[in-house]
Amino acid sequence: MPPSSPASVPPHAEAAAEVRPPLPAAMEPVAVRAWTATTALGTGADAQLAGLRSGRSGLRPNDFGPLVDGAPLPCWIGRVGGLEDAPLPAHLAHWECRNNRLAWIALQADGLTGEIEAATRRHGAARVAIVVGTSTSAIGATEEAYTRLEPGADGTPSFPPDLARRAVHTVHALGAFVQEATGLQGPCMTVATACSSSAKVFAQGARLLHAGLADAVLVGGVDTLCGSVLYGFNSLQLVARERCRPFDAERNGLSLGEAGGFALLERARPGDDALKLRGYGESSDAHHMSHPHPEGAGARLAMRDALARAGIDAADLDYLNLHGTATPANDRVEAAAVAAMFPGTVHASSTKGWTGHTLGAAGIVESVVALLALREGFLPGTLGCDTPDPACGPQVRTEAGNSRIDFAMNNSFGFGGNNCSLVFGR
Amino acid sequence: MTVLACTLEGIGFWAPGLPSWEAAQAFARGGAIDADGPRKPSPRLLAANERRRAPETVAVALEVALAACQASGRDPASLPSVFASSQGDLVIADYMCATLADEPATISPTRFHNSVHNAAAGYWTIGTGAMHPATALSAGDASFAQGLLEAMAQLAGGTKAVLLVGYDGAAIGPLGAVVHSTGLLGGAMVLGRDPRPGATVMQVRVVEAVPGSAAAPGPLARHAGGNASAPMLPLFDALAAGSPRASLDTGTGRSLEITLAEHQPMQGAAHES
Repeated sequence: MPPSSPASVPPHAEAAAEVRPPLPAAMEPVAVRAWTATTALGTGADAQLAGLRSGRSGLRPNDFGPLVDGAPLPCWIGRVGGLEDAPLPAHLAHWECRNNRLAWIALQADGLTGEIEAATRRHGAARVAIVVGTSTSAIGATEEAYTRLEPGADGTPSFPPDLARRAVHTVHALGAFVQEATGLQGPCMTVATACSSSAKVFAQGARLLHAGLADAVLVGGVDTLCGSVLYGFNSLQLVARERCRPFDAERNGLSLGEAGGFALLERARPGDDALKLRGYGESSDAHHMSHPHPEGAGARLAMRDALARAGIDAADLDYLNLHGTATPANDRVEAAAVAAMFPGTVHASSTKGWTGHTLGAAGIVESVVALLALREGFLPGTLGCDTPDPACGPQVRTEAGNSRIDFAMNNSFGFGGNNCSLVFGR
Repeated sequence: MTVLACTLEGIGFWAPGLPSWEAAQAFARGGAIDADGPRKPSPRLLAANERRRAPETVAVALEVALAACQASGRDPASLPSVFASSQGDLVIADYMCATLADEPATISPTRFHNSVHNAAAGYWTIGTGAMHPATALSAGDASFAQGLLEAMAQLAGGTKAVLLVGYDGAAIGPLGAVVHSTGLLGGAMVLGRDPRPGATVMQVRVVEAVPGSAAAPGPLARHAGGNASAPMLPLFDALAAGSPRASLDTGTGRSLEITLAEHQPMQGAAHES
């Protein structure tokens, strides 16, 4: 562990503030007015439900990305079909890139557009905020430009004219695109904390509502396959050759996927029958850029705070969608943390065997799975897990279950030791 | 109208030739640039080998973050943090894209994990031992303004104090001809919920932007105007000049109208409608 603080910080009356984050108070529930996800399983929430019920994985042998010796990286991916044939509408063509195509498709699903318009009528466009998450945004377009460099006016290698669009080659390409596509004018930001990004957007959205900075918040996340993540995770020896096997004793890495999804948050009204965000917890491992804390200290802190904001005990939780990437380290640490914190009655599972690890979109995708569990009473098992790792307690389930539940949690943990847990309820 | 208020407990700053907030204030009042100053900061939070390898954006972010904490007297490990960067590290983005176009299988694992937008936030929490929430965000030219909203929202939610850091580095290679940013720039603030004797009180309102109303660029904005984080400089110029107000564009047709005052009685960060 690093030292708790540099010795050079001078003492001050207020420096005695406790270093361990204090337990938060319960929060006002936030209504989740509409919610949607698009993954390798298909477009919209019902496609996710059908895929999860069927036990059919959305993963396929890799047919994407830069080739080495004529072949793509040997692995499996969760690719969203048809993006190549789904250009943006003409008035948004200046935003063209794979990531924004997926964002556009996700925005059209599950009645989200109508809910955004209704919220705009209720509150005014300036009172509806956008907080969206991504890890690589439109970097795929930048990668493509580097493969098609041509001599510019001064002879230096330059982007081809169709890709020389400043607004696309930046992290905020996602938030700025969603802003123009929806016409919303409230606060607008793109959160990029790697694989926790689109879980943290729920926390930030709840804060904007609480602070009075917005009356509704469109949250979500979009990440698309690109060379950076395929060969980047490969360089860290974290990509499985075969389909990923979360929590299996023989697991040997993740399968990358792409996805997009959104949810519209609003303060809950009395008697509101929408499903609700009940709690959130965020924390930092303060340990390593790409390895989780060995005891899962940050993960436990995030889950603790999410339960505290929801005002519930660990025993009240019914379903937990695990981060469960199928890397040896993540699953070992997460399983041990869950076994230490929750009774065996909690049904915990990883759904990455269906979708792959969708990185900055994992938070929204798996929040949708948690919301589906609340709406449908369907609790997915863990596809690809045949022999659970010895670190797994009875919480980690390989088979699906059916029961009416009241509370569902989603874990999302990212590089830099960035953790977020969310609790959804009624 | 929502008005959020906080206490400005400490400031950190770094720009070429202006390696501290004190140097920036002196320059803004007519002082000189330190032409022989360090080309990049050397943050003490990192171990010596990491200090050499750290991306420049991480170095400048950690430098100003630590300076702001020291000025505030708060233990960095006791603070949640918000890191706002328009572009992240453009040198690593150029490396990643060039390597993928050429020899994808040779990507460096270290440079890959340093390529995440939350690299600075991650190194900060590792270096300080801060287990509090850390976020990293971008909103293009409005990154610092949106980061300020998130920081103020955290205070309104009950957090005692929060660290806000804005930073960007230079763009290089073919990407640098499309996405423009020069030099290194970092600015940080520790924002507190409760009043402090002698400290500046900052009030923030979101108002309709008035086209053409932007103040003339101050000395800091003129000095570091080519950096992608330069849109935060009107606030730092106002603070350096002792001006009572500043305005930051939110990127959504609105602006943050910020008033700065000493010793004003305040009701904490609660908002009024």
